[in-house]
Amino acid sequence: MHDRGGWPTDEPIDRSEHQLADWEMLMDAIVGALGQRGVMNVDELRRAIESMEPAAYESATYYERWLYAAETILAEKGVVAPGELDARLAP
Amino acid sequence: MSFAPGDTVRVSGRRHEGHHRTPAYLKGQTGTVERVHERFLDPETRAYGGDGTPARRLYLIAFELDELWPTYDGGADDRLLVDVFEHWLEEAR
Repeated sequence: MHDRGGWPTDEPIDRSEHQLADWEMLMDAIVGALGQRGVMNVDELRRAIESMEPAAYESATYYERWLYAAETILAEKGVVAPGELDARLAP
Repeated sequence: MSFAPGDTVRVSGRRHEGHHRTPAYLKGQTGTVERVHERFLDPETRAYGGDGTPARRLYLIAFELDELWPTYDGGADDRLLVDVFEHWLEEAR
């Protein structure tokens, strides 16, 4: 999903402010820390977000896209193995 | 080619398959240089593990909203200000 901005729509625009969940602030901090350590940069983050399937992109929230992108880049660079995060979350 | 405030410029209409920061709705459009920023590492190579050199000059470009979207009715003087890299800009008159 590349270059989403500026597409015409008849949908109303949600201009309401909303509170961030704890995990969303954590996601922001993780990406910031990975950037400071030189593990990944914002351009890689954006490129990975653009690699999402259009339907997944549209249904994901802002920080869900960051999560997808960070996991994609970290797997690409061998920092985490594919599926490693899911395995850790399994009961 | 470098530009100065007040210059009229056109955004290149070329296709680019990889990651880039030039929005489709600006491609081929004409605007005015509002401000000259510094140089920044190139996101088009940094997005794929490159080092982003050579750094690219960035410009703040002003576009008339009713030229970008002819049905725009928010105000005839409304402008959209967008940062665009030098290698996406062409001289226009």
